[in-house]
Amino acid sequence: MTAVEDAPVPLSAAGNPIGFGRMHRKEDVRFLRGEGNYVDDVQLPGMLYGAILRSPFAHARINSVDTSAAEALPGVKAVITGAVLETLGLAWMPTLSYDTQAVLATDKVRFQGQEVAFVVAESKYIARDALELIDVDYEPLPAVADAKKALDADAPVIRDDKEGKTDNHIYDWEAGNKEATEAAFAAAEVVVTEDILYPRVHPAPMETCGSVAHMDPVTGKLKLWTTTQAPHAHRTVYALVAGLPEQNIQVISPDIGGGFGNKVPIYPGYVCSIVGSIVTGKPVKWMEDRSENLMSTGFARDYHMKVSIASTREGRIQAVKVDVLADHGAFNGVAQPTKYPAGFFHIFTGSYDYPAAYCNVKAVYTNKAPGGVAYACSFRITEAVYAIERIVDCLAAELNMDSAELRLKNLLRPEQFPYTTPTGWEYDSGDYEKTMRVAMGIAGYDELRKEQAEKRARGEYMGIGISFFTEGVGAGPRKHMDILGLGMADGCDLRVHPTGKAQVRLSVQSQGQGHETTFAQIVAHELGIPPEDIEVIHGDTDNTPFGLGTYGSRSTPVSGAAAALVARKVRDKARLIAAAALECAPDDLEWELGRWFVKGDPERGRTIQEIAMDAHSALELPEGVEGHLDAQVVYNPPNLTYPYGCYICVVDVDPGTGQVKVRRFIAVDDCGPRINPMIVEGQVHGGIADGIGMALMELIAFDEDGNNLGGSFMDYLLPTAMECPDYELGETVTPSPHHPIGAKGVGESATVGSPAAIVNAVIDAISPFGVRHADMPLTPANVWRAIQGRNVRTDMAVE
Amino acid sequence: MQVNVTVNGVEHSADVEPRTLLVHFIRDDLQLRGTHWGCDTSNCGACTVWVDEEPVKSCTMLAVQADAKTISTVEGLAKGGVLDPVQQGFMECHGLQCGYCTPGMMMTARALLDRNPHPGEEEIREGISGNICRCTGYKNIVSAVQWAAENPADATSEVTA
Repeated sequence: MTAVEDAPVPLSAAGNPIGFGRMHRKEDVRFLRGEGNYVDDVQLPGMLYGAILRSPFAHARINSVDTSAAEALPGVKAVITGAVLETLGLAWMPTLSYDTQAVLATDKVRFQGQEVAFVVAESKYIARDALELIDVDYEPLPAVADAKKALDADAPVIRDDKEGKTDNHIYDWEAGNKEATEAAFAAAEVVVTEDILYPRVHPAPMETCGSVAHMDPVTGKLKLWTTTQAPHAHRTVYALVAGLPEQNIQVISPDIGGGFGNKVPIYPGYVCSIVGSIVTGKPVKWMEDRSENLMSTGFARDYHMKVSIASTREGRIQAVKVDVLADHGAFNGVAQPTKYPAGFFHIFTGSYDYPAAYCNVKAVYTNKAPGGVAYACSFRITEAVYAIERIVDCLAAELNMDSAELRLKNLLRPEQFPYTTPTGWEYDSGDYEKTMRVAMGIAGYDELRKEQAEKRARGEYMGIGISFFTEGVGAGPRKHMDILGLGMADGCDLRVHPTGKAQVRLSVQSQGQGHETTFAQIVAHELGIPPEDIEVIHGDTDNTPFGLGTYGSRSTPVSGAAAALVARKVRDKARLIAAAALECAPDDLEWELGRWFVKGDPERGRTIQEIAMDAHSALELPEGVEGHLDAQVVYNPPNLTYPYGCYICVVDVDPGTGQVKVRRFIAVDDCGPRINPMIVEGQVHGGIADGIGMALMELIAFDEDGNNLGGSFMDYLLPTAMECPDYELGETVTPSPHHPIGAKGVGESATVGSPAAIVNAVIDAISPFGVRHADMPLTPANVWRAIQGRNVRTDMAVE
Repeated sequence: MQVNVTVNGVEHSADVEPRTLLVHFIRDDLQLRGTHWGCDTSNCGACTVWVDEEPVKSCTMLAVQADAKTISTVEGLAKGGVLDPVQQGFMECHGLQCGYCTPGMMMTARALLDRNPHPGEEEIREGISGNICRCTGYKNIVSAVQWAAENPADATSEVTA
């Protein structure tokens, strides 16, 4: 592993660091000028427009679908129904969790907003007009929107399409050591249990999902511009599902307006746009509207958790157990690549040292949209962190102990790494107490507690909340994961042109993370080529190596490793060529950034740019050395990386209205070395805002008939600049021992870690009212109810 | 219906359906695709443009309502190849990530600074509160607007990247 250099990073002629450090993003100018190229910006000659007819019911039998009036509307080119898809064998498609999902409904609709028909027309307005003319005869059926009622004997069976299915049960899954955990609880001096809901939320990227499909009727080549975080995986799935020859499928993920996991699954609209293009012989664009995005695409969470913690009276944690009721909606469309049905949830043991832990996850179908793993959750680590960090605060309340003191007493110690958790994860490196002390120092923790005491004496309600999280990211090792059988190794190609400028091709794809800058900096760090001389190519399956895409904070841990290794491979090749040019042995050469030189004679050397020209020149190359200066690698991660951090939130609560004001938010992250600290900080900022949203306002609730109550931005509330404070960031740096540059990934850290800090702060503020827990979102109404001692369910509109 | 508008100083005339939304007119008829669409309900501000110097959400205005008016979009922010200080500020301060909300956010910010050249942090936060960003958590956007306030047009260098 290369250590982080202490020496200052040299600057290029353009003033950029030739390696790690702050630099402006290379991608910014096109966005600032309004010249980005998002899917909805793609225009092709003769392009048609698609629109989807969606179910108004959560559960209904489809008796008939009459499309004749729609087809007769001038400008309509095709109307595709489930019956049409059935003839093509495409009415159903596999999900990434080994279930099936209707592309267009045939027998029944199973959630409000489900796809029923697809219109292709000359304009998007005509396509929408035609939807009004489709006559569907629905026979409404009783719906089950409440996961807690999904397994009742009289619950309607949602998935009667599955042969022999007589209930709404999907799976039971467990992890950890049940016997040891039960024994620890039986012997414990203190046990605290709490029912904790992580409600259904939605990633809601600013750009909704969509695609432009062009099946060339002459060549048989399908070009698909689409909002995908995983273009290569999608290409393979289309080949497997539709039987299209994979070499004839080109998936292009152009500029993407935010993903957050919302753009990992394959949605019916993508498939319909392809079918629409095949049927009409023209390119077909489909872009969903905001309500379609919120009501039908991948939601997140919906975990009902009963969390218990066992402890000594002195606050030494002995064991934790969690029973989960997981609401997966109408299809198990969980888009996650782990071998475990609950993803990485069993990392719920958190950042603490105790021997016993056990979880059981029971998953059910409901008449709600499919999804479950999205919104920067690192495959359910968000739920896991929330569970442990909330219950630790409940324990602190029970013990009447300061929540920081309780955490410090139980944090894993540096000498315990690599540390195998009670549920089997191998944490790679960490110095947790140091990170927590840095956060407490920035916060001025002791002073905050004094201020809180003074304010309480005056009847003012200020709260301080802490969250300490450990994530496992960089999916991932084959022992833990695959996507429909595909291992999660990622390729990287690097070509240095004769003039010393380079192109690096990635398998991963940016949705705003700044790959065009970060990956250029990684190559610059290894080769000494200025980052402005390195073009990063991504998001086009015909022009990049295979890999599994960007989600789960995996780009830097996996593709970042690949980029470093491919650059080192080029450096090794450059050494052989330099030796030939300098007429010496390769072993006589020594590397300094950007240059091989003769040991003991530093004046005699060749820069990487000179070597690039040598490699393409008429220079006599040594035996076994090919011309050109390029290389490719595939990186197969040996372990996950384990970023961690300590977050502290300070809130003020108005007990009269329940209004929460987030006054301060301190985030100290340890993600290993920071390639571009500016970009890392931006990732953390965004995640904190996500946490504020989830903790305080975001919610997809339902009524008992399965009506979605969060289907627009008037109902699904997102934080604005007014609700977000001026974040205070800090860092510690503990490199991953197994990653080529030690980087651990940071994209989801703050989304994973921040909700618990905010909720803990609010509960801390209103604890004088006897409140130990209240469920998210902590809207003024919900906080006020908690203060009144009458918590209500936040996820269902029930009385 | 006939619509005559001046967009970023260029006159356009087009025949549109009366129901055509201004955002669709700008994107599809005028092919100025820097203006984005995000929500349909005036909540997100991705579609913010100026109509007669006033920021509006073009997803909830009809193209015909803009007849005989002057429209400014993100494509008109840079002058003669030189980025507007707001654009430069967004780059300096990492005020954008995915870039989708950025055009609307910058149009709002430019209008704010035109009215109040030296806004305080709270004024900036309130000024951009009709524009949602899902990536940045707003901190760097606030910094970007402050940067633009502190570096008015003559201090901005040409960007050729």
